[in-house]
Amino acid sequence: MISVPVTHILFVSFALFFIGAYGFFTRRNMITMLMAVELMLNAVNINFIAFNRYLYPGQLEGLFFSIFIITIAAAEAAVAIAIIINIYRRFKTIDSDDIDSLKF
Amino acid sequence: MDFITLVSLLRMELLLTAGLVVLLIYKIFYEGARDKMAGWFTVSVLLGTFLCGIFLPAEGGYFGGMFITGSLAGMEKSILSLGSVFIILFGRTWLENSRHELEFYLLILSVLLGMFFMISAGHLLMFYLGLELATLPLAALAVFDFNKSRSSEAGVKLILNSAFSSALLLFGASLVYGGSGTLYFPELNSAITFPASRGSSFLLLAGFSFLFTGFAFKISAVPFHLWTADVYEGAPVPVTAFLSVISKGAALFVFVAVLYRVFPLYSETWSLVTGLMGALTMVIGNLFAMRQGNLKRFLAFSSITQVGFLLVGVASASQLGHAAVLYFMLIYLFSNLGAFAVVSVIADKTGKETLSDYRGLYKTNPMLALALLVALFSLAGIPPTAGFFGKLFLLNSGASSGMIYLVIFACMNMVVSLYYYLRVVKAMFVDTSDDPIPHFNSGLPVKIVLACSVLGIILLGFFGGLFDYFTSLTFGLQ
Repeated sequence: MISVPVTHILFVSFALFFIGAYGFFTRRNMITMLMAVELMLNAVNINFIAFNRYLYPGQLEGLFFSIFIITIAAAEAAVAIAIIINIYRRFKTIDSDDIDSLKF
Repeated sequence: MDFITLVSLLRMELLLTAGLVVLLIYKIFYEGARDKMAGWFTVSVLLGTFLCGIFLPAEGGYFGGMFITGSLAGMEKSILSLGSVFIILFGRTWLENSRHELEFYLLILSVLLGMFFMISAGHLLMFYLGLELATLPLAALAVFDFNKSRSSEAGVKLILNSAFSSALLLFGASLVYGGSGTLYFPELNSAITFPASRGSSFLLLAGFSFLFTGFAFKISAVPFHLWTADVYEGAPVPVTAFLSVISKGAALFVFVAVLYRVFPLYSETWSLVTGLMGALTMVIGNLFAMRQGNLKRFLAFSSITQVGFLLVGVASASQLGHAAVLYFMLIYLFSNLGAFAVVSVIADKTGKETLSDYRGLYKTNPMLALALLVALFSLAGIPPTAGFFGKLFLLNSGASSGMIYLVIFACMNMVVSLYYYLRVVKAMFVDTSDDPIPHFNSGLPVKIVLACSVLGIILLGFFGGLFDYFTSLTFGLQ
């Protein structure tokens, strides 16, 4: 039944993870940085589900883990966006280059 | 009697949860009332968990082995509770100006609850849930002064960095799951012992590297430290104290437990890397601490340096090192919170927080100056104080694992760190100023904290049985 080998799925998840990491380092808009982190978390979800399905089909641990990740990512986004809104009220921008009142 | 087992094993966590529920109900019915009661209530809940962890630690596992507790976990949780009590007490002066005093207690309690679950985790999922429960309210705490732009900036830096490091940790966890097929710590350990049998050693190794990096972010070891100083400076002083002591402590406890319990087979590699990171952390922390004029920022960098010393104990990969980490953490709690209490109360009463403002402090506020003196001596590791013994045991554990160069390097860094600790002492006791900080009454809660921390710093060093007791609690490589 399984026609796509697990390595292909791993390729997708690794690519997604590093695209996310790249976006996190290069983008300067805070909302986009948050979205980049969400991409990385989705790569993790794909990993968990693929490993669960292909390597350990008798278990459910990978599936459960990804459900928890989705839930917590939502909570994290809620807190982060609340803070970013607050940033916007103080600085009138959400560009991370302009938010530099703290520097050594 | 399953319910009774649940209550007796999770007694510290349930106590905190009960405290949280009571505070929430209090918040609904007494909206806008003065929150003095709530503060004392939170302190008594935390003192309850503190005593519970020391004298009545639960022993056993629950949730099918996802939750494991014992006397070591009890002791670690007690240390964290005690630190939170100090922070709430000396933070009262600052909280009086805030309209949201009660929310501060709620957030502190939920962060601690997350840390408790993280310390007791026997499964990567439980660990992750605890970690996030500890991280998200912490970001809210960092923006607690939300009218100040610096506080918001600290919060956004904290949440983005911790989200990124959580993603790294999780990616590591997923690879480890792929390589071993389990997420339980004991089973992971045995799966790693025979990697060749499954041909999955690459996945495990890659997963371990990601996990390790994620942890390094959390404990802000160099080169993953850049967020730390900004967050510490921007956040309100009590929150900075919380970040630098309590959340560093919790992350380090779990870091040690995961390294020693789950990945002992890789010990040669991680011992080397941790040692190198420790050396780098000391140097960078020292270099930046030297050029700080702001006391808060200075304490932030000095706490990065202290993490470097703690990493020597972690790198030793022995029971002695584990005990030394626990012992140093307790002493560090007293010394750093003592120093933060003084800085916090002076900033709240007079708004001054630079080194030049502290000139002649001894003339006007002798007790505060003396308390800060004892705390700084202990941070620097000068012999009669407990900080000396803490560092002695850390370096001793490093030397007994054969890392002579690292120990010599750490000693050199201790000498360098004396310079900037004594600079503050000189400003307080030797220098004179035309415009010294005026005399003020610091209030009962701050006095309690300072008395406790000075007593703790002096007595812990002479109370030698404590280290033996910690050694009996801890474990080496398994």
